[in-house]
Amino acid sequence: MMNLEVHLPGLNLKNPVMPASGCFGFGREYSQFYDLGKLGAVIMKAATGEARLGNDTPRVAETSSGMLNAIGLQNPGVEKIIENEVPFLAKYDTAIIANVAGSTLEEYEFVASTFNEAKDVCALELNISCPNVKEGGIQFGTDPYMAAKVTEKVKEASNLPVYVKLSPNVTDFVSMAKAVEKAGADGLSMINTITGMQIHLPTQKPLLSNKTGGLSGPAIKPIAIRMIYEVKQQVSIPIIGMGGISNAEDVLEFLLAGASAVAVGAANFTNPFICSEIIDNLPSTLEKYGINSVQDAIGKAVF
Amino acid sequence: MIKKEKMRVISSRQVAKDTTEMVLQNTYISETSVPGQFLHIFLDGHTLRRPISIADINKDRQTVTILFKKLGDGTEQLAKVTEGMLLDVLGPSGNGFDMCLEEGDTALLIGGGIGVPPMYSLGKKYSERNIQVVSVLGFQSKEYVFYEEKFKELGKTHIVTNDGSYGAKGFVTDVLCKVRGFDHYYSCGPIPMLKSVKNTLEGKRGSISLEERMGCGIGACYACVVPAQTEEGYKKICSDGPVFDVLEVVL
Repeated sequence: MMNLEVHLPGLNLKNPVMPASGCFGFGREYSQFYDLGKLGAVIMKAATGEARLGNDTPRVAETSSGMLNAIGLQNPGVEKIIENEVPFLAKYDTAIIANVAGSTLEEYEFVASTFNEAKDVCALELNISCPNVKEGGIQFGTDPYMAAKVTEKVKEASNLPVYVKLSPNVTDFVSMAKAVEKAGADGLSMINTITGMQIHLPTQKPLLSNKTGGLSGPAIKPIAIRMIYEVKQQVSIPIIGMGGISNAEDVLEFLLAGASAVAVGAANFTNPFICSEIIDNLPSTLEKYGINSVQDAIGKAVF
Repeated sequence: MIKKEKMRVISSRQVAKDTTEMVLQNTYISETSVPGQFLHIFLDGHTLRRPISIADINKDRQTVTILFKKLGDGTEQLAKVTEGMLLDVLGPSGNGFDMCLEEGDTALLIGGGIGVPPMYSLGKKYSERNIQVVSVLGFQSKEYVFYEEKFKELGKTHIVTNDGSYGAKGFVTDVLCKVRGFDHYYSCGPIPMLKSVKNTLEGKRGSISLEERMGCGIGACYACVVPAQTEEGYKKICSDGPVFDVLEVVL
């Protein structure tokens, strides 16, 4: 039997597949389709210090081979998430990763320390790359000094392993990755969405109410692969790879480029069963290409 | 419960300008759908599914009927799907209309454009239960009018076109004053129309069906929210709606 296990800081995963933050809510809706215990992990929707109502609609637009979104980090706030959502996910045999967002260093610290007190959360994904909120997020994700600063603060605020989710909307991605590694990050999560825009022809105005949105889906996969391949050569902490994954072949490509685990985003909207189907197809896909385990595939294209 | 099903296309025909009526067969969907729900339809090569409301349900033939307008590549592609082909559908999605009326009551149905189809399945169901149905249907112009005869079979029907090329000239709200005595109104159409219906019929009990660009269509992604008078401050159109009490959401 093919060994799909991967062991990362704080995460002993039965397989490398997890839904990406923001594309899976807190799992409830998808639990009507399949057993969430099948997933390697679940990355929860972003949590902020207080509840956020997000942007005006329209918040999504389809593009060629992908979609734009500008939800604006709508969430009930970290305390309600711990009270109402974590216990639901904890019923399943899967690792829970909490996505930590904020507008200020203090807010990031508060969210991280609050999750630290919660049972059942295995790791934090530090969201310094949301392109859809006016304040916070992206400012920490585009400046290596700020990125290192917030990583240090969150590491101090919590004992949980921290995976920093990096923004592709920068000139020098590798130096961002190195800066957060040096600041103590346990891993990287990459890539977040790429800022884009669509003009609505009937109204001749940007379609999204936020004007810009984050591009995801198959359109961004080659960008993610390239960035992971480059970062893998320069940092030694593990990478959770994401960006347009929609089948088991894509997962293998991410592993070969240097990802140790993968997250599936927009494809959950196209097909709510996608994570489950990818997990089913992964063994035969690895076998087809002569790979003996998930562990064997990691970084094989790089080294 | 929402399931991912294959639906066979039994027929597809143009019923008005840019408007297609499609009859789809599937046992589970036809047996479980209620008026006001929608289907979330996958189209090859598209990341996002297309939410289309259910216009008719026929449990004997195990079919549901949808009507949609060609508004972009997705609906253009859907209009090219022909008889015998299979569609990958999530459904039935969302919650149906609150069918609170009883025999002898009167339902007022107000549909605008491609908001007309869900009114038909509701009107038909009410008519079978001996509830009076009065319909006010608005369209851009004569070539966009559809289902007039079908609504007339259910009860008194007023057709309005914005340019006056058919029926009364103006907006649905211009003829609402002609409708006397009803117990509950139901409306689906563009937001400006729903706002003006709400204002015109202030004080009356009503339900509205909303549409919005959707992501997952199952309540997980928060793409299609509407501000609401609740503690949380919002409702998800795909999973809390698409039908809401008129006083519940903020238009």
